[in-house]
Formats: sequence, C-alpha cells, structure tokens
Amino acid sequence: MAGTLDHAVRGRHRRIPWDDVSRYAALVVLALITLAPIFVMFATSFKELVDIQARVPRWIFMPTLTNYETIITQYRFLPYLISSAVIGFGATGLTLLTAGMAAFALARMRFPGRGLIAHTTLIIRMIPPAVLAVTVIGFWIAWGIGDIIPGIRFTLPGGLGRGNFLDGSQVGLMLFYTALNLPFSIWLLFGFIRQIPVELEEAAIVDGANLLQVLFRVIFPLMGAGFAVSAIFTFRIAWNEFILALMLTNRFTKTLPVFAAEFIRDDGVQWGQMMAVGTLIVIPPMLITFFAAKQIIQGVSAGAVKG
Amino acid sequence: MRTNRFVPYLFLLPAVAVLALGLLVPLYNAVLLSFYDWNFGQPWSAARYLGTANFERLWNDPTVWRSVRTTFVFGFWVVTLEMLIGVGLALLLEKAVRGATFFRTLFVMPLMIAPVVVGLIWRYLLDARNGIVNYYLLQIGEAVPALQNLGFKSQAWLGDPTLAMVSIIVSDVWQWTPFVFMIVLAGLQGLPGDVMEAAYIDGANWWRMTWHVKLPMMRNILLIALLMRIIDVFRALEVIFIMTGGGPGSSTRVLSLTLFQTAFTSRDLGYASTIALLLSLILIVFSVVLLAFSNPLKDKADF
Repeated sequence: MAGTLDHAVRGRHRRIPWDDVSRYAALVVLALITLAPIFVMFATSFKELVDIQARVPRWIFMPTLTNYETIITQYRFLPYLISSAVIGFGATGLTLLTAGMAAFALARMRFPGRGLIAHTTLIIRMIPPAVLAVTVIGFWIAWGIGDIIPGIRFTLPGGLGRGNFLDGSQVGLMLFYTALNLPFSIWLLFGFIRQIPVELEEAAIVDGANLLQVLFRVIFPLMGAGFAVSAIFTFRIAWNEFILALMLTNRFTKTLPVFAAEFIRDDGVQWGQMMAVGTLIVIPPMLITFFAAKQIIQGVSAGAVKG
Repeated sequence: MRTNRFVPYLFLLPAVAVLALGLLVPLYNAVLLSFYDWNFGQPWSAARYLGTANFERLWNDPTVWRSVRTTFVFGFWVVTLEMLIGVGLALLLEKAVRGATFFRTLFVMPLMIAPVVVGLIWRYLLDARNGIVNYYLLQIGEAVPALQNLGFKSQAWLGDPTLAMVSIIVSDVWQWTPFVFMIVLAGLQGLPGDVMEAAYIDGANWWRMTWHVKLPMMRNILLIALLMRIIDVFRALEVIFIMTGGGPGSSTRVLSLTLFQTAFTSRDLGYASTIALLLSLILIVFSVVLLAFSNPLKDKADF
C-alpha cells in the first residue's frame, strides 16, 4: 500500500528534477554538521602541540602518534581500558541473563505480584545516575563496600601500568549499570518472547524438558535480535557513563570516561592527549553503529512506536 | 503454562535482586538520609537526626530553586529546538532516497558517543583562545564588518553567563536532535498507507497532508518523543559538568548539577539526598505521564 503511494508521489515529482537534488543537499549538510565535531576530535588527536596551539586552525598537518604514545606509556590507559571492558561486558552479560529470565516469567507465567513487579520496573526506570551516586556513595565508603571484594591485581609488562580485575568497585558499577538497563531490557525482551509461538515450548516440555532447558535451549536461541538491541544499549551506558564511575572507582579501576576528564586540569587542558583518549572511547560505539544501525534505531523507537 | 507456584519467582529473583540493590536501596537511602545531617567521608555513627529540617531548608533554598529555573530555561530551548528541527527534518526527508541507510547510520553517531566526550569536543570547539568557532567567526566578521554587531567576533563562549547557556544548548541540540528525528521518522513510515492514499486522492497538498493528516495521526509518538526528551533534560549532567561545571557563577547550574555539587563539593550528603528526592519526584511524575502514552502493559489484557 505504501508502495502505491510512493508511485503516486514519485510520479508527481518527476517533473521537478530539483526535488531529489535538494534532498541530497540537505542530507549532506546535515551529515557534515553531525560529523564535523567528531572529525575535529580525530584530527586533533593526531596533532603535535604546535599544530594544536596554532592561531589559524590547521586542516593540513603532519599526523603524529605522540598523543597516543603518551597516554599509553606515561598514563595508565591500558589498565583503564581493561577496566572499562570488564565492566562493559560484565554489565551487558548480567543484563541479558537477568532480563531474559525475568521477561520469560512475565511473558509466560501467571503469579501473584506479577502486575506489581511489572509496574514498579516501569516507574523507577528513569532514576538518574546522579541520584544513585549521591545516595549510595556515603554508605559505600563508610561501610567499605568497595573493599569487600579484594580484586585481582595485575601488572602490565613494559611499565604500562597496574590495574584490577573485578574488585568491589567494578562489581558495584556492573550492578548499577545492569539495574539502570533492566527495565528497558525486560520490556524489550518481553515483546520478543511474546512473538515466539508457545507451541514450541509446549512441545519441548512434552519431550521432557524442564523450564530452565526450555528457556536456554528453546527461547534464548530464538532471541538473537532482541538480545542484540538490549546488549547495544546496555554496553552504551556502561561504556559511556561518567558520574557513577567517577564516584565509585579507585585509581586502579577507573573507566575511560573518568580518565578522559582528568586531562582538564587547573593549569589548562591537555587537548592532544584528551582527544586521543576521546577518540579511543568513541571507536567501539561507532563500530557498533556501523554494523548495527538498524538495531539501534529499532531500540530507540521501541519505547516510542511499539510502546 | 502450569508450573509449581514458586517457579516464577525463581526466574524473577536475579532481576529483582539487581533492581532492589541498584535502584530501590539507593531510593530508600535517599529517604533515610534526607532526615539526617551526614557529611561525605564521616562514619555513619557521626550522622545527626534532623527531623524535617532538610525539607524546610530545601523549600527556602534560593540556590535550588534558581537551578530548577535554570533547568527549565535550558530544557525549554533544548526541547523546543530539538522537536522543531527533528520533526521538520523527518517530514522533509521522509521519502526514502538511495543511500538513506548510510545517512541514517551517520545521524545515529551522536547518540552513541559518550556524553563526556561530547562535552570535551564542544569545550574544545568553543575554546575562547584556540577554538575553531571563534576563529571562523572572527574571520567572517573581518571580511564583512557589518556582521560584527550580529556576533561575528571572538566571544568568551563559556565565560559569559548567556553565551555559556547558548553553548550547552547547542551541544545538546547537536547530540539529541537525531533522537527526535529517528523516532518521528519511524512513526511517519508506520502510518497506514491507505489513509495517506485516500487523503492524497482527495486532493490534499503536501501542507494539508502534513498538518491535517500526518501530524494528528502522530500525536502519540510526538508526545512520547517530547516526554522522553524532557525526562532526559532533568537527567542530563555530564556534558554540562565538563563544559562549564555550572558556571560562570551559577548560570548553567541545572538541578542535577546542584545535587552533585551539594554532595561532593559541599560534602553534605543529607541535604543532597533531599535534593535527590526532589529530582526523583519530578522524574517519576514525568515517567507516569509517559506511561499513559507508552505503556507496554496497556494493550495486554492479562495485566
């Protein structure tokens, strides 16, 4: 039906050849506005200090890896990268598992309290990280919660820094990022499970499978698309979040956004090094965007269009 | 599905435990702490019960209400501009052209980038001394002196109260307009083709189609996009924290930044929790309104 309309509209506009031209012109201008700031960051990260401080912005310059070398050899970039990755993947895995199980129960089972749990997740989904940081941090420090799990200390060869796998501060951040994403993920996956025919599960149960087997062997394998959307959005929060990470991490477990902000100092901003860290922070999300733009748009509109 | 009556709770337990520890305990802490005087770094035994003093202080605190006003000013401009530009672009670019997927991928980029990095980029672009924006404004102003009075000169973007507000608005519009654009575009493409065709056959022109057919049918989606943006405005903190830190003076100190600074600059966790309750209350009200338009439970008869 939409096709018929398209033909009608297209037929009408054939006579005006400028139509598509102006459309493309608008798209190109928009693309430039969108990309220019990101491009400036990329370019600056490859500039020497003299090029950065030149009065006239230099669009042509001798690219250098000095800034990247500095952040890796003179700062703890690598340990913080590992910390960011551990927290990002940990939170994503935890979210998929817990949200998948919860969505299964809400979609397929009847039990007292089901409506209450459903409504609570929907109402508390907007609590901002700043509120969590403020109300948690006092007890966190007073009770030494961050120290409860000791963490596995590692040292990188070549003096490239020391870091921590999984101490209390990282587990805590995973917990908060999972909690922040759970309501969205539960409802997203709920929609996906509802589309799977119940007969598949009933057949599995007749064949002697228990509910856990039904979930992990029948449902989860069919949920690739839902898991992809949910994983992208969880990873995005965990990888990008700043306020909670700033308050809860220690000098061994900082995430990359916290590290990037440290280049703003009282004696000025180290633009080159900061832009190098910024560039490395945005590369994974930009790669994800290139390969999964469709899933991202689906996730963005899930709350709005499907409801 | 017939199961043992404890089974559903076992499946829900992990999610509920994480939600309880990660969201409900902090909310409970906020309520508890708002009745106490407790400074950041002190042991809990040093906390002093205050009764409702923190709430009275909140009610009479010009700093807090000024930052609520700042949030509204920031939010008004940001949401208005993003809705107008986002809806306008979606209507103009609704028709699928060759390469639309490529452009859409580009427009998604700003949404995926860390807010900290967005703040750092814009702080660099708008830097008074080395900033690219100032350089080109100056060049244009020198080439066409008549434009100098219109602002085409070197400006202290982040050092002037009004310009600092303009700056954070610009960065937010840059990052979030694509969000409105994509939601509205998805909505437009989901409109029933037969209705559009009927309107077209009845002789409706582009303007009438848009104003009398498409936008009214999109009412819910537009409201949802609007509410989601309003909610995000109240949550926003990171970009402003990096770009201006609330300054100069308190000209860009939004409510969530006041909350953060009360807790970690003034180290006053009790009072900060009271502000956190105010912010949570505002957000919960908007969430409930949003639920009226976009509720996954609404069309499900069994809830």
